[in-house]
Amino acid sequence: MKALQIAEGIYDVGATDWNVRDFHGYSTDKGSTYNAFLIIDEKITLIDTVKEEFTEQMMEKIASVIDPKKIDYIISNHTEMDHSGALPRVVHRIGKDTPVYCSKMGLKNLSAHFGNKINFRAVADGEELSLGKRTLQFFETRMIHWPDSMFSYLKEDKILFSSDAFGQHYAGPEHFDDQIGEAIMPHAKKYFANILWLFAPMIKGLLTKLNGLNLPIEMICPDHGILWRDNPAKIVETYAEWCELQPQQNKALVIYDSMWHSTEAMADEIVAGLTAEGMVAKPMNLRHCHRSDVVTEAFDAKAIVVGSPTLNNGLFPTVADFLTYLKGLKPKNKQAAAFGSYGWSGEAPKLVAEQLAGMDLEMVEDPLRVQYVPDQEGCESCYEFGRRIAQAMK
Amino acid sequence: MDKYVCLVCGYVYDPEVGDPDNDIAPGTAFADIPEDWVCPICSAPKDQFDKE
Repeated sequence: MKALQIAEGIYDVGATDWNVRDFHGYSTDKGSTYNAFLIIDEKITLIDTVKEEFTEQMMEKIASVIDPKKIDYIISNHTEMDHSGALPRVVHRIGKDTPVYCSKMGLKNLSAHFGNKINFRAVADGEELSLGKRTLQFFETRMIHWPDSMFSYLKEDKILFSSDAFGQHYAGPEHFDDQIGEAIMPHAKKYFANILWLFAPMIKGLLTKLNGLNLPIEMICPDHGILWRDNPAKIVETYAEWCELQPQQNKALVIYDSMWHSTEAMADEIVAGLTAEGMVAKPMNLRHCHRSDVVTEAFDAKAIVVGSPTLNNGLFPTVADFLTYLKGLKPKNKQAAAFGSYGWSGEAPKLVAEQLAGMDLEMVEDPLRVQYVPDQEGCESCYEFGRRIAQAMK
Repeated sequence: MDKYVCLVCGYVYDPEVGDPDNDIAPGTAFADIPEDWVCPICSAPKDQFDKE
């Protein structure tokens, strides 16, 4: 397999994972890529590696450009195994003393992953490494999205290797933003919502710092998905927007699961009530919509209404799953309410409400319960519930 | 007053600076920070900090 030259003397030697559909809980409907980059200079440098099982694909691509044994430096921007998994085998293959540059926290974390047999060398924030004609500069980007994360900036070529920032889980025939256009943005948004949402305050700070540095950027090469060369400013500006966490004022989402269609009927009536008041609302059934797609929709919704039937005095498992996932993303600036149908006890709506309130969401209604199948009166109470939530959104 | 370092992400709490974004005034000793305070970078709890 041949490496793709992305700029003069710079190659993408990463791997395409066409078949991955679940990336630790994130649905990757279009697969993903693990991007790694080779810079040919006086010092031959490899930036990041790939998931362990794709080591051979990467080595083959490197070998299409140069004898892998000639690699002088490895840069590890991020410890997570989809970028570092191949490190031990690569280091073993090209020479055990090859220095692996990483952040201070990277040194700690990579050592914890792989032991002390690899020649890890920590760099300071802003430190530079000469490759000969070119210079790499490193920037700590802690918690974007692990403590060890860093960016590597190739000064002369004005290329930012941004690790997990600005990426997308997308495998396709395209490699660059100009080849895919707007179609990549939903993938970038899903990635931000599912992976970076909770770090928005830190990303905001990082973007301010980057702006202050005034680095000219002609290309951004993230570790997943397509590379931004036509308009790299676009994704940076979009990130700045997303970091504001400002919801669409008229967007509401009714997220639920149902055992015998009763909670589903409630959801539909709530959506109708919201819609009647001018909101853009839709139901999302957690058995049919993947949690990561629901989160992508919830990211910019002003209100989320979560419904659960009561199963054995508790939450329905898919709803518990979703709430756990959502809580970890630290949602902010949202209104919320809970509902659900029940048989004999009906604890679930209250439990849902407690969890949503625990996320610091603004609870705009008391939990709404309907026993068994909602009759006309039950349906009307759901419709009115939706209308009142819409009023609260205004 | 001693500085404390977060063992998870490496953030250093400097009592002279405090953590004004999270209502910890400059001059607050680490011991005087409320127990529910978390690392402003990685959200690790207070018991994940060690004296630098």
